[in-house]
Parts: sequence; C-alpha cells; structure tokens
Amino acid sequence: MTEIFGVPLPALLGQLMLGLVNGSFYAVLSLGLAVIFGMLNIINFAHGALYMTGAFLAWMALNYLGLGYWWSLLLVPLAVGAIGVAIERLLLQWLYKLDHLYGLLLTFGLALIIEGIFRDQYGISGLPYDIPDQLSGAYNLGFMFLPKYRAWVIVASLAVCFATWFMIEKTRLGAYLRAATENPKLTQAFGINVPLMVMLTYGFGVALAGFAGVLAAPATQVNPLMGSNLIIVVFAVVVIGGMGSILGSIVTGLGLGVIEGLTKVYYPEASATVVFIIMVIVLMLRPAGLFGREK
Amino acid sequence: MRRDRLGYLALLALFLAAPFVAYPVLVMKVLCYALFACAFNLLLGYTGLLSFGHAAFFGTAAYVAGYVLRDWGWPTEAGLLAGMASALLLGWLFGALAIRRQGIYFAMVTLALAQMMYFFFIQAPFTGGEDGLQGVPRGTLLGSVSLENDLTLYYVVLAICAAAFWLIHRTIHSPFGQVLKAIRENEARAVSLGYDVARYKLLAFVLSAGLAGLAGALKTLVLNFASLTDAHWHASGEVVLMTLVGGMGTVLGPVVGAGVIVVLENELADKVGSLVTVIMGAIFVACVLLFRRGVVGEWVAWRGKRRTRS
Repeated sequence: MTEIFGVPLPALLGQLMLGLVNGSFYAVLSLGLAVIFGMLNIINFAHGALYMTGAFLAWMALNYLGLGYWWSLLLVPLAVGAIGVAIERLLLQWLYKLDHLYGLLLTFGLALIIEGIFRDQYGISGLPYDIPDQLSGAYNLGFMFLPKYRAWVIVASLAVCFATWFMIEKTRLGAYLRAATENPKLTQAFGINVPLMVMLTYGFGVALAGFAGVLAAPATQVNPLMGSNLIIVVFAVVVIGGMGSILGSIVTGLGLGVIEGLTKVYYPEASATVVFIIMVIVLMLRPAGLFGREK
Repeated sequence: MRRDRLGYLALLALFLAAPFVAYPVLVMKVLCYALFACAFNLLLGYTGLLSFGHAAFFGTAAYVAGYVLRDWGWPTEAGLLAGMASALLLGWLFGALAIRRQGIYFAMVTLALAQMMYFFFIQAPFTGGEDGLQGVPRGTLLGSVSLENDLTLYYVVLAICAAAFWLIHRTIHSPFGQVLKAIRENEARAVSLGYDVARYKLLAFVLSAGLAGLAGALKTLVLNFASLTDAHWHASGEVVLMTLVGGMGTVLGPVVGAGVIVVLENELADKVGSLVTVIMGAIFVACVLLFRRGVVGEWVAWRGKRRTRS
C-alpha cells in the first residue's frame, strides 16, 4: 500500500476530505461574517449560535413536522434569515452610531441566550440526524472510499460561496451593496434604501450560517455547543484571512480546514490548536491578514 | 476627590463587616472577581481595548498557583506570586501579538489566543483534565498563621485585593494613566504627540494580565481548586459583563458589577439550572441597549446633572 511519510494513502486522503468538510464550514461561516461586517461594521458573535440553530431547526423539522433533509435545506436558511431580520430590526439597528464594540457585546449576549435555551431544552449530549438516503454510502474511487455525504457538503458549500461571490461582485444588487458598504450616505442620497439593504444583508449573512447548520446536522451531531466551539476557530480564520475579500475568505477557510486535517494525521495533539498557531504566525509576519487591507 | 475617598472608605468598611453578615467564601469570591474585573477595566475602560480572552490569564494563574501549592508544596505567598508571574509572562506574549491589530480584530485575536490556552489545558498532563486540580491546600501566612479558617483567609484576601485596587487607582490617576486615556480617546493624536502608543498599550495589557492572574491565583486559594471553567471563554465573557454592568471606565464600577453578577449566579444556580446563561445573556443585551454607562456610570451622571442644576 502506498504510504506518504509513514501514513497509508487512504487514511491520509480520508483525513484530507474531513479537513475539506470542516474547511467548507469555515468558508461559509467566515463568508457570512465578512458580508455582515462589511455592511454593518459588527462582528456577529451570534453567528455560531445561529449555525447551531440551523442544525436544530433541521432536527425539529424532521422530528416534529416530518419534513426531511431537502426541505430543511431550503426552508431552514429562510427561517434563520427571518430570525436575523428580527434581530437586526429589534436590537442591532440601535447600535450603528455607537462604537463597534457594542455590536460584538450585544451579539455575544444573544449567543449566550440562544445557546442557553437549547441547552436547557435538549441537554448537551447531542441528537442524531440521519444522512438522507440519496447521500448515504460511499463512492469507491479505487484508491479510497469517498463518503457521498462529505462530497456533497463540500460541493454544496462551494456552490453557495460562489453564488454569494457572484451576487456581490457581478449583479446590480451586489453593486448597490458594495456602494452602500463604501459610502452609505451617498448611496442613500442616490435613492437606494440603505437601511433595507442593511437589514437584508444581516438576514442573508445569518441565513448562510443556518445553511451551514443544516449541512452540518448529519455530518456531526446536533448539539447546543456545536456553534460556540466552531465560531472561535472561525474568528481565527477571519483574522488570518482578513475580511477584505470574499474569495479570500473562501480560500482561507478551505485551506485551514485542510491543514487541520493533515495535522490530525501527522501530529494529532496539535489538531485543535493548529489554526490558532497559524494565526499567531500570520500576526507576526503579516498583521493585516493574508487578504486584508490595513485601514 | 474627597467625596471619592469617602466612597472608598465606605466600601472598605462594608467589606470589613461583610463576613459577619454573609458567607465569607462567597464574599471572597466576589473580591476575586472584583479584582479580575478591575484589572480588565484598566484595559477596556481606560485604554479602550476590548480583550475577549482575559480568562487565559485568570485560568493560567489559577492552574500554576494550584500546581505549585499542591504538588510542589510551595508556601502560599510563593504560590500566589508564581501564578501572577505566569500571567504576566503570558500577558506579555499575548499582548505583543494582539496589539498588532486594532478594534474588533483585537477582540477576536485575544479570544482565539485564550481558546488556544484552553485547548492546551485540556491536553496538558498537569491540569487534571475535566476534573481540574482538586484539593489545593491554603497553607499558612508567612509560615505561622493557618489560612484554613475562612475568616482569617478572608482578611488576607481583602488586604491583597485592597492593595491591588490601590495600585490600579494609582495607575489610572498617574501620568501613565493619562496617556492611556489619551490613547482611548484618540489614538492618532496620541501618536502625533510623540507617544510610543504600542509600548503604552503593551504595558497596560501586561499590567492588566498580571492583576487578572493575581485574581485567578487567589480564587484557587479560596475555593481550593482550579478547573477548565476558569480558562473557558464564558469566564472571559463574564468579566466583560461585570465591567459593563458596573460601568466601564469608572473606578468602582467593576467591583459593583462583580458583586451583582457573582451573587446573582450564586442565587440562581439552584433555582433555574442551565437557564443562568440565558439570564446572563439577557443582562448583556439589556446593558448594551439601555444601560451602557452601568450602575456606577449612571450614578455619576445623575450626580453630575443634579450638581449643575443646583
């Protein structure tokens, strides 16, 4: 059997795939954070909690309403987006004139509330969510087995990331969005409803988190703590990549996922901390982040 | 100024009498968290830096103090100093990294670094994993007075906290503190006036980390254990909340905030179980939306308004 640095090839490729799966989640979540930050100047600490909410809504839809995976994939992001719109209208909109730190503090409070409620209702042991029939099983590629669901997570995440990129960079709506990010007052003066754009941006950003949550439900377990564990890593990803560029967030997310996967093979003790260590190195060599612009 | 001093004396008198009214261990816990929050406020309230990773310093010092006291049998004073020294060193490392980024990124960097320490503590062989370091002895004061008695320990902890509080107060009202406030108000201007802003920020960070460490080491002494909770990001969030509730940028605010939050958590823990987090989150949201000056900040503003009216 082929070995690379003493690790059999199938095991290596398996971890690589797992790394890409995690990287897909990093990419979708950091993309959402970047979109929200660009428009609202708020770091959405509740992003992880809303990702977890997405997974729980999928679980609830299946167990209480009998709606399967594919319905969840369509409806849950809309529901999470609606929650986001409500959060923006009821709470966040009062903070835009204040220091950016208050946005972080408020969304931190929200994250505690959301996480606390699910913890109280469902405990922390985690709930199973089965892989849909169409995606269970694995492809035999000859040199390795590729679980269908992992492949699907990567493909679906990349598709959503590139759709987002296309919408922001290539469409008229995206042009309004970029204009409003650059100079809200002037954009408003041109007759574009900036507050509406802000509301929709936040809704869209957290809908991405909800989408990632549904994707994650069968891949991991549905657990109230799944969001907060992930979001801190995503923060490190954002610091490494910088929030200046959309493609930058996607590339950084996937790349770090792969590095994490490889670390799991070659030096498992460091797999939980490798992203943070990379962050330290990036901070020393390139403080603005790989794709960042120093403001 | 004289009125302020009267306020401090009243607070000191309150704490001197407190163990006869309330459970001493609870009041000691309040004192430890008050010191933690005051140290944190030095950074947020007076330098304008939001660290979301202060649990790293609190937790590291708690573990180091616990380890040298229990496994190496160091005297109590040396244990506290070792804890504080470890936090100072870590603060210097993290501070030097974190001040390379500003604003919101600073918060994310500190949070990520603290999480790294948390994972380190989960894996490290000397921390006892999920169980933590149990059964840390309190030892004796100067080798003669036993600290196993809650009341004796209480006055030692109070003395240490009062001294640390005095140090913070001195720092805030010193020329160094004035420069920190200038950085908070307008960093670019402080640079243009010729101040080495990075150096001032780092010094404030290290000082804040060291005092947070002292608080962590004291906490180990009081509760006889150090655990992963001390280093978890919830602890970082808690100290932000205490400062916010009490009033950031006020000298006494963090003490009041720590009192409110610790007592509240203590009261609620048995009654609502895991919903405590929800209540803390709700207080967070309410403070940010309606109550940004905090208890002490509102009081100061109210007094100021009354004075201008009369």
